[in-house]
Amino acid sequence: MSGTKGRTLLLQGNEACAMGAIYAGCRFFGGYPITPSTEIAEHFARKLPTVGGVFIQMEDEIASISSIIGSSLAGVKAMTATSGPGFSLMQENLGLATVLETPIVIVNIMRSGASTGHPTGTGQGDLMQSRWGTHSDHPVVALAPATAQEMFDLTVKAFNIAEKLRVPVILLPEAVVGHIREAVYIPAEGEMEVIDRERPGSYENFLFFKRDTNGVAHPPDLGAGFRPHYTGLTHDESGFFTAVPDRVNAFTVGLNSKMELHREYLTDYCEETVEDADVLLISFGVTARACAHVTRDLRKRGVKAGCFRPRIVWPFPEERLNRIAQHAHTFIVPELNLGQMRLVVQRVVGPEKRVVGINRVDGAMLTLERMQKEVEEVLA
Amino acid sequence: MSDRSERYEVLLSGSGGQGIILAGVIVAEAGIAHDLKVVQTASYGPESRGGASHSEVILSGTDIDYPAVTKPDFVIALTQEAADKFAHLARPRGNVLLDTTWVEKLPQNIQANMASFPLTEEASNRFGKPLVANIIALGYFAEHNPLLGADELLQAIIRRVPSHYRELNEHAFAYGRELADQA
Amino acid sequence: MPTEPFVKKYLRQRVLPTIWCGGCGLGTVMRVIVEALDDLKIDQNNLVVVSGIGCSSRMAGYLDANTVHTTHGRALPVATGIKLAHPELEVVVIMGDGDGTAIGGNHLIHASRRNINLNVFLLNNGNYGMTSGQVSPMTPHEWHASTCPFGNLEHAFHLCDMVKSAGATYIARTTTFHYMQAVRLAKEVLEHKGFAFLEIYFQCPTYFGRFNEMTDAPAMLQWLKKNAVRYDPEKPRELEKGQFYVGKLWEDNTKDEYTDLYCKLCGRAQEMMQVAD
Ligand SMILES: Cc1ncc(C[n+]2csc(CCOP(=O)(O)OP(=O)(O)O)c2C)c(N)n1
Ligand code: SF4
Ligand SMILES: [Mg+2]
Repeated sequence: MSGTKGRTLLLQGNEACAMGAIYAGCRFFGGYPITPSTEIAEHFARKLPTVGGVFIQMEDEIASISSIIGSSLAGVKAMTATSGPGFSLMQENLGLATVLETPIVIVNIMRSGASTGHPTGTGQGDLMQSRWGTHSDHPVVALAPATAQEMFDLTVKAFNIAEKLRVPVILLPEAVVGHIREAVYIPAEGEMEVIDRERPGSYENFLFFKRDTNGVAHPPDLGAGFRPHYTGLTHDESGFFTAVPDRVNAFTVGLNSKMELHREYLTDYCEETVEDADVLLISFGVTARACAHVTRDLRKRGVKAGCFRPRIVWPFPEERLNRIAQHAHTFIVPELNLGQMRLVVQRVVGPEKRVVGINRVDGAMLTLERMQKEVEEVLA
Repeated sequence: MSDRSERYEVLLSGSGGQGIILAGVIVAEAGIAHDLKVVQTASYGPESRGGASHSEVILSGTDIDYPAVTKPDFVIALTQEAADKFAHLARPRGNVLLDTTWVEKLPQNIQANMASFPLTEEASNRFGKPLVANIIALGYFAEHNPLLGADELLQAIIRRVPSHYRELNEHAFAYGRELADQA
Repeated sequence: MPTEPFVKKYLRQRVLPTIWCGGCGLGTVMRVIVEALDDLKIDQNNLVVVSGIGCSSRMAGYLDANTVHTTHGRALPVATGIKLAHPELEVVVIMGDGDGTAIGGNHLIHASRRNINLNVFLLNNGNYGMTSGQVSPMTPHEWHASTCPFGNLEHAFHLCDMVKSAGATYIARTTTFHYMQAVRLAKEVLEHKGFAFLEIYFQCPTYFGRFNEMTDAPAMLQWLKKNAVRYDPEKPRELEKGQFYVGKLWEDNTKDEYTDLYCKLCGRAQEMMQVAD
C-alpha cells in the first residue's frame, strides 16, 4: 500500500465499495433502498452524475437488477446493491444475467436472519443463497471482503472478473464490513488493473455466443452494429432458442465450464501458518479477522494452529484447502450462520476429519472472547 | 488481550446529536495521519437519530484483526445511560471521562482513572455552543492517550469542522487540554 | 404472410417461421410494427427491441434488430436500463397482457410515471396464450379461461386509464382488425418523445377464442370489429358493455422526458462540482 500517487482516506466500507466501482468504470447504478446497503446508493446518487454516469432508484429489486442488465447489455458497466430481502428478489434475473453472459456486479450486504430478519444486525446467512439462489446449474462468483480496503479492492476485482468471464459477480460483505470505517488506499488512475470486456470486431456466421478457447462467449453490445439476439431461453451459439438435446446440453455445460476453466484465476484466499497446522480455523469476511487473532494466540501457546480465509468464496478454493487439510486433524469453522461454510469444508476435507462449527446468529459479531472460549472447548 | 502496546481502544458514547460519531471519525483520521492502523465503527439506525449512540475506535501499530472494542483503554461517556453502560468496561489503569452535566450518578467500582467535568455546561457557558462538548472531550483525550498528540488531533478536527467554526473548535479543544492539566 | 421488401428487411429470415398458431393475431401485429418501422426509416442497428415472456414476447426473436428476450414481466426495467445507458438508441418494448399487467404491472406504472422515452406495445389477447389460456388481469369479467372454467370473478384493468394516471404521455388502443389505424398509431408511438403506450387487441383463437365461443380467427376479428368504438375527444360517448375505444386516447407534450431530464441533471451536478473545486 505504498502508492505514490493515490490517497488514503478514512472511509466506510460501503463508500469504499462505491468508490471502487467507479474506479473500475462502473457508470450505472440501479437500486432500491435497504439497510445496511443504502450508503452505497447514496454515494452513487451524488457521484455518478458528476462523471456522466446514471443513477436510478428503481421500483423494487427485481427492476433494479433488470435495469443494470439493460445497461450492461448496452455496454455500460453497472452495479446494484442490496441486502437479503432484496437479494431474494434478484435471484430471477441473476439467472438471466448468467445465461445472457452479461457482466454485472451485485452487492449483498448481509444482515441477520431470514425474511425481513434483523435489518441492522450483521450476518453471513446468504452464503448458500449466493451459490444456489437462482434455479438450475449456473456459474457463480462471489467475493467476501473483510475490511474497508477490501470493499474497494474486491469491488474492482468483481468488475474485472465480471467483464473477463462475462458473469454476474456477487460481493458478499457482512453488515459490519459495510459500516466499518478504516483507512482505505485509493489508487491513482492506472495504478490498479481495470479490465474491460472483449469486444470482437467481427463474428463468424452470426455466432455471437460461440465460446472462445477459454470458454467465454463475447456477444456484442446492443447498438454496436451486429444486431444480436439475447434470450433467457436455452440457446446455441447463434443466441437463438434451441431444444435440440445436444445443444441444450452444450448450453448448460458451456456456461458452467467457465468456472472450471478459470479455476486458478478464481482462487483467492488469505492464510496464516497453515503448512504445519494441526488445527485450522476457516472462515470468511470479518469473522475471519477474529480467527487470525485467535490463531496467533494459539501459536504463542504452542498449539500448531493456522487460519484460512477465502476472499473468493464461490467457487470455493477446494484445491488449496484440500492440500493444507492433509496435515490438519481439526477444522474449526466460525461463521454468522448455522454452519453453511462448515458443510463445504466437511465435504472438501472428507468425512474422516473433525470439522466443528462456531456459530452465532443473534445479529452481532462473533466476539473474540466467545471465539477463544469455544475454540478452547473444541481443543480440550 | 495479549499485546497491549499494539492495540489501543477508544469508546465514545452519548446520545444522538452530541457529535459522538464525528469525534470517533476525528480520532480515527488523526490515527491515519499518524500512520496508525485504525478501525472506527458506530451504532447506527434509529440509534443515531437521538437515542443512545456510541462509536468505537481502535488504533494500532499493526494490522487490526478483530475490529471491535474488547476492553477499551479510554471511555468517554456524555450521558448517564452511556456511563452506566460503558464506564465499567474500561480497562484497569485506563481512562474514563464523564460529562457531569448529564451524568449525575457517577458509576461505582471503576478501576480505571475516572475524571468528570460538566463538559456540556462549560461548552455552553464558555463558547455558547453546547455541541462542542465532544471537542472539549477530545482535548482531554489528547493529554491522556499514549498514541495521538494534540497537534494531530487538532489538525484532524480542523479538517472535519466547517471553516467558520474553526476558531471556536480550537478554543474548545484547548480548554479540554487545560482540564486535563487540572485533573 | 406476404413478403413485401420491408417485411424481408425487418425480419430475421433465418429464424422463420414463427412458433405462432394458425390464425393467431401476432403475425398481423408484427407486420404493423414492421411497416411502421419501415415508414419511419428506423435504422435497425440503432433499434433495440426488448420483450418479456409469452407468445407476444417471442416477437423480439423475429425482428432483425438488437433484441433482448428477457424474463416474464421484466422487459420494461431492462429497457429502462438500456435507454438510460444509451439514450440515442431507439427502444421498443413488446409485452403480453399477462407480462405487462400481472407479473410486470408494477414496472408498467413506474415506467409510465417516469415518462422515459420508450415505445411500448402491449399485446392483449385477454389471456395467457403461452401457458395455454389461463386467466389474465385483462380477461373480461365473467368470461372464461382454463383457470376460470366457471367464469372470471375478477375485473379487467381499465388499462389505458391506468397508464394515463400513472403518467404516460402518449396512449392509444387498436386491434388487429384495424390494420391501417394500427400502423398509424404505431408510428405515432415511435415518434412520440416520452413514454408512449399502444395497447393492441389481437385474437388468440387457440385459447381465448375457444374458451369463449369464438372458434376461429374470423369470428374473433368480427368480435373486435363489432365492439371497437373510434375515440373522438370532441364527442365522448357512453360505451355499452363489451365496447372499447380505439384510436389515440391521450397525448401530453408538456412533460419533460426522463433521459433529457437526467442529462440536464448531470450538467447541473458537474457545474456544482466545478464551483466546489
Ligand atoms: C416467473 C414466471 N412465471 C410464470 C411463467 C410462465 N409463463 C410463461 S408466459 C406466461 C403468460 C403469458 O401471457 P401473456 O403475457 O399474456 O402473453 P401471451 O402468451 O398471451 O402473448 C406465463 C405465466 C414464466 N415464464 N415465468
Ligand atoms: S396460443 Fe394464442 S396467442 Fe399464442 S400463438 Fe397461439 S393463438 Fe397466438
Ligand atoms: Mg396474453
